[in-house]
Amino acid sequence: MELKDAMLELIRKCSTDLSPDVEKAIKEAYETEDERTSAKNVFGTILENIALAREASSPICQDTGAIVCYVDFPVGDSEKKYREALEWAAAEATKLQYLRPNAVDPITGKNSGNNIGVNAPYMHFHQWDKDEVRVRLMLKGGGSENVGAQYKLPDTGLKAGRDLRGVRKVIIDAVLKAQGQGCAPGIIGVGIGGDRVTSFALSKEQFFRTLGERSENPDLAALEEELMDDLNKLNIGPMGFGGKTTALGVNIAAQHRHPATYYVSISYTCWAYRRKSMTIKGSEVSYD
Amino acid sequence: MIKLQTPISEEQIRELKVGDEVSLSGTIVTARDAAHKLMVEEKPDFIREHLKDSVIYHCGPVVKKDDNGEYSFIAAGPTTSSREEPYQADVMCEYSVRAVIGKGGMGPKTAEGLKKCGGVYLHAVGGAGSLIAQRVTKVETVYKLEEFGTPEAFWVIKVEDFPCVVTMDSHGGSLHKDILEMSTKKAEELMSK
Repeated sequence: MELKDAMLELIRKCSTDLSPDVEKAIKEAYETEDERTSAKNVFGTILENIALAREASSPICQDTGAIVCYVDFPVGDSEKKYREALEWAAAEATKLQYLRPNAVDPITGKNSGNNIGVNAPYMHFHQWDKDEVRVRLMLKGGGSENVGAQYKLPDTGLKAGRDLRGVRKVIIDAVLKAQGQGCAPGIIGVGIGGDRVTSFALSKEQFFRTLGERSENPDLAALEEELMDDLNKLNIGPMGFGGKTTALGVNIAAQHRHPATYYVSISYTCWAYRRKSMTIKGSEVSYD
Repeated sequence: MIKLQTPISEEQIRELKVGDEVSLSGTIVTARDAAHKLMVEEKPDFIREHLKDSVIYHCGPVVKKDDNGEYSFIAAGPTTSSREEPYQADVMCEYSVRAVIGKGGMGPKTAEGLKKCGGVYLHAVGGAGSLIAQRVTKVETVYKLEEFGTPEAFWVIKVEDFPCVVTMDSHGGSLHKDILEMSTKKAEELMSK
C-alpha cells in the first residue's frame, strides 16, 4: 500500500471507530450507572452512536478535531515524505467527509476548507533505532481542548504546594471547572514538570497509553488510582448531567523541571477519544 | 417525552421544566461562533424569518454535497455552548428565538434571557454526531458558507424527533448550576483531605 493511502486509512479508522479499550470503558460505565437516569440514557446513546458510526464509516463526532500526528521513524528516513502523505490524506479525508474542515486562519477568519494550514496538521517527529515506522494519530476535539489547563505551583488559591498532593488538587480543580463542557466523561492526561511547552506536550502524549494501564512509576501509579476515585466522586457525570462516571481514565507522567518552575499541565479529552496507530514494516502496514 | 414542533409558542416554552425530555421536529438553524458574533454586532435581517419562534442549534456539522449540489448532514452533534454566553441572551430576545440546543449548558446571562424573553436551553448528547445526523431529514438552505466555512455557517435544516433534555428553563431552573454547586462542594471536601 502506498504511504498516502495508508495515511488516509489511518484517518478514516481514527474518525469513525474507537479503540477497543475506550469502547470497553464506556460499556463498563453504562453498566455502572443506575437505571432510568439521564446518565444511563446518555451512555446508551453514546454506545448506539459508536456502533452506527462504525457501520456507516461516518465520523463518530462532527467535530473531527485537530489533526495531531506523531511519527517514529528509522535513521535515514525523510520527515518530508510523511508530511506530504499526511497533508494529501487530510485533504482527501475532508472531501470524503471523514473529516470536517477544521483549519481556520486566525487573522482573516477564513477556513481553508481542506484541513491544511500553518502547522495544520501538526506533526511530531522522533527518530528511533527500530527498522519500522510507527505513525500515531490523534483527532482532538476543540471543546475538550478548551477545558485543558496549566497550573503553576504553588497555587495559593487552591493551597496546592510543590508536591504530588499539590498536583492532585489542581487536577481535581481542572476537572471541576470542565464540568460537562468537554463532553464528559473525560480522559485526563497530565504532564508534571518541564517548561510551559514541554509540560503540555507530555500531557497530551499520555492519551496514547492504553486505558487502565498504570504509570511505571509507583508514586504516579498510586496517584492515578486515587484520582480515578476522586474525580468520579465529583458526580459530574456524562455531559455534566450528574452520575457516577466523570473520568474514564487518568494518565500522569513527569519530567525534570527547572528549580524555579513547577508546571502541571492538564489535557482533557472527550469520551469520543479518537486515537489510532499504524506500523509500517517493509511493505506491510498494520493498524491498532 | 414531550413533542415540540417549530414554530413554537412562548406559552409552550413556559410550560417546560428542567429534566423534561423533548422530541423536536420542524425547521431549525445551526449557528455558532462567527454567526453569534455577527447576529449581535450587525443584526442581519436575512436570518430573521428562520429564527422567529424557532430554535438555534449550536452545531458545526460534517456536510456532504452530492453531484446535484444538494447538501446532507453526515455528522451533527452539539458543540460547546458556553462560548456563546456573551451573545446568547441578546440574540434570543432580538430574534424571538424559543430554544437553543447545545451541550455543557450556559451561564447566568443566558438564564436571565430565557426568563425575560421566554426560552429554554435544550441539551443534546455531545459527540453523538452520526446518530443525530440521522434526525436531520433535509438541508433547506445555507447562509454565509463561503465566509464562515462549513462548521460556522447558518445551516437551515429540517429535523424529525431530535431528542433533547431541558437543562435550563424559563423559570430560572438550571441543571448545570445545580451540578456545579454540588460538585464544587465535593471538590472542596476532597481537597481538604
